[in-house]
Amino acid sequence: MIHTKKNGFVAEFKRNKALFAMAAPAIILVLVMQYLPMSGLVLAFKNYRYDLGVFRSPWNGLNNFKFLFSSGTGWLITRNTILYNLLNLITSQLLAVIIAIFLTEIHRKYVKKVSQTIILLPYFISWVVVGVFVFSIFNYETGLINTIVKATGGTPINFYQMPGAWPFIICAFNAWKWTGYNSVIYIAAITGIDDAINEAAAIDGATIFQRIRYITIPSIRPTLVTMILLQVGRILRGDFEMFYQIIGLNGQLYNATDVIDTYVFRSLVTNPDIGMTSAATFYQSVLCFVIIMVVNAIVKRVDEEYALF
Amino acid sequence: MASSKDLESSGISSSKIRLSGSSKVFYVICYTVVILVALICLIPFLLLISGSFTSEQWIRFNGFSLWPGEFSLEAYNIIFKTPMRIVRAYGVSILITAVGTLLGLLLTALTAYVISRKDFKYRNALSFFFYFTTLFNGGMVSTYIFYIRYLRLQDSLWALILPGMFNVFYLLIMRTFVNTIPFALVESAKLDGAGEWRIFFTIILPLLKSGLATIGLFLALGYWNDWYNAMLYMKTEAKYPLQYMLYAIQQQTQALAAIASQAGIQVQNLPSNSLKLAMAVVATGPILILYPFVQRYFIAGIAVGSVKG
Repeated sequence: MIHTKKNGFVAEFKRNKALFAMAAPAIILVLVMQYLPMSGLVLAFKNYRYDLGVFRSPWNGLNNFKFLFSSGTGWLITRNTILYNLLNLITSQLLAVIIAIFLTEIHRKYVKKVSQTIILLPYFISWVVVGVFVFSIFNYETGLINTIVKATGGTPINFYQMPGAWPFIICAFNAWKWTGYNSVIYIAAITGIDDAINEAAAIDGATIFQRIRYITIPSIRPTLVTMILLQVGRILRGDFEMFYQIIGLNGQLYNATDVIDTYVFRSLVTNPDIGMTSAATFYQSVLCFVIIMVVNAIVKRVDEEYALF
Repeated sequence: MASSKDLESSGISSSKIRLSGSSKVFYVICYTVVILVALICLIPFLLLISGSFTSEQWIRFNGFSLWPGEFSLEAYNIIFKTPMRIVRAYGVSILITAVGTLLGLLLTALTAYVISRKDFKYRNALSFFFYFTTLFNGGMVSTYIFYIRYLRLQDSLWALILPGMFNVFYLLIMRTFVNTIPFALVESAKLDGAGEWRIFFTIILPLLKSGLATIGLFLALGYWNDWYNAMLYMKTEAKYPLQYMLYAIQQQTQALAAIASQAGIQVQNLPSNSLKLAMAVVATGPILILYPFVQRYFIAGIAVGSVKG
């Protein structure tokens, strides 16, 4: 490539005018839909007034944050969000790894294909329909579980008054929805293994457990690390669609199930306290950013291969 | 690039290996776990379909079950007797899915092409510009205020189309597909005097068919299953997409049933339980019908997307 003095932006623009034009729609869309709203994060430090808008509303320092945390809500939703994300991360990835290993070891094509098709199916279902599922399984009057309980002569269980049951239910449905999707990722990693390695190991007398332990699991480790890193970068983001459709507006369950996102949404639509909810989202966005940068920097120092960027 | 075919054929070589006692135990566990998980994934769907065909009387008395206790079409009769709401919601969903998918595909393909052009100086800066939105964003509150107050998206169908149109994950998958096209094609076309736009539309796009199919399906699924944007931005019921209409009807029947039971009235004429499930079947039907045919594109897309770009 010839390097002349013309290396600045203007020269590049003249040279590749068409490429700039091709990228322009996406740039404008992302700028308007994603970057511009970022400026709204200043609301966390303001007393929002509808008549004045985002930029002319008066400042009020850290009061929004004080309100959020002095009421105890800030801590509760932070704790819930982190705990649910950890629980969901561990269960769904573990299950996905197990299913991926097992599916690649199944050699009956029909069993393999049908099982994989069914296990991936929940990924395609909207959370609204999942919400219908949850209600149909757990509700007091007509739920499937209580149908079985009643049929066997037991007393029906009122799940919607048992906050303690919901972490398990949410975790189960999260795994239900994502195991298939995640296992496809791990299967792709396992498929990347050269067949010759497995054959050589088998000829050398390796048992199936040894092959999984020393060939399959090391081969998916980089993928596993990437998946965990991606999830850690979202540790303060609750899956709004899941929590909202599973829990809905059942106030009795909030203590056990409210995450930052559901809290913010409810405050936004029911009694708009823009300041306090902005404080919550500001704190969520900034902390998530800091966490992913720090974790990525650490991973980069330990082993550059595993870093996200 | 891993295709679904590669995924299926993995591990075939190891099937020739003679089974020892402990291997037999492994395979028993392997098949049992996979089949069990597949069955668990299937249960909610069985419940959904069975419940939608069960008479309301039977559900009220016995609860939901995995097999229709008393077969009935009353829920479907009600839906199709006054189908205007559903038909309109179907129309909205089809419209936003079609428009959003087409525009999103065009934007994604154009941008992926630009950031994979090695002679484009700002391709890394541009990739980072898009990637940054996955690390940091404005959060729910400021985004909501921005879309409504400054972009005037309230009650506009664009509020359902624009947010899901462009996604960094899809951009990276599409770039992987673009990278499989030899750059020499572009260079020789340039020598023949073809302009950039012509090269893109007559050479690149036709070679991107499988990439377009994959991303198009992901985009379409996202639009079809979206209810979140509708909940935030849509006020007129005539503009509700299908999934949100399902949610709205579900809320209404729940509210109705609650009011009726408080007032001591039996809402005999309203098969609210089976109606909800029948609605869910109607909303999910197209996905369930298309799923077996398009599954492989999703598997390929997920596998490609998991490779770090």
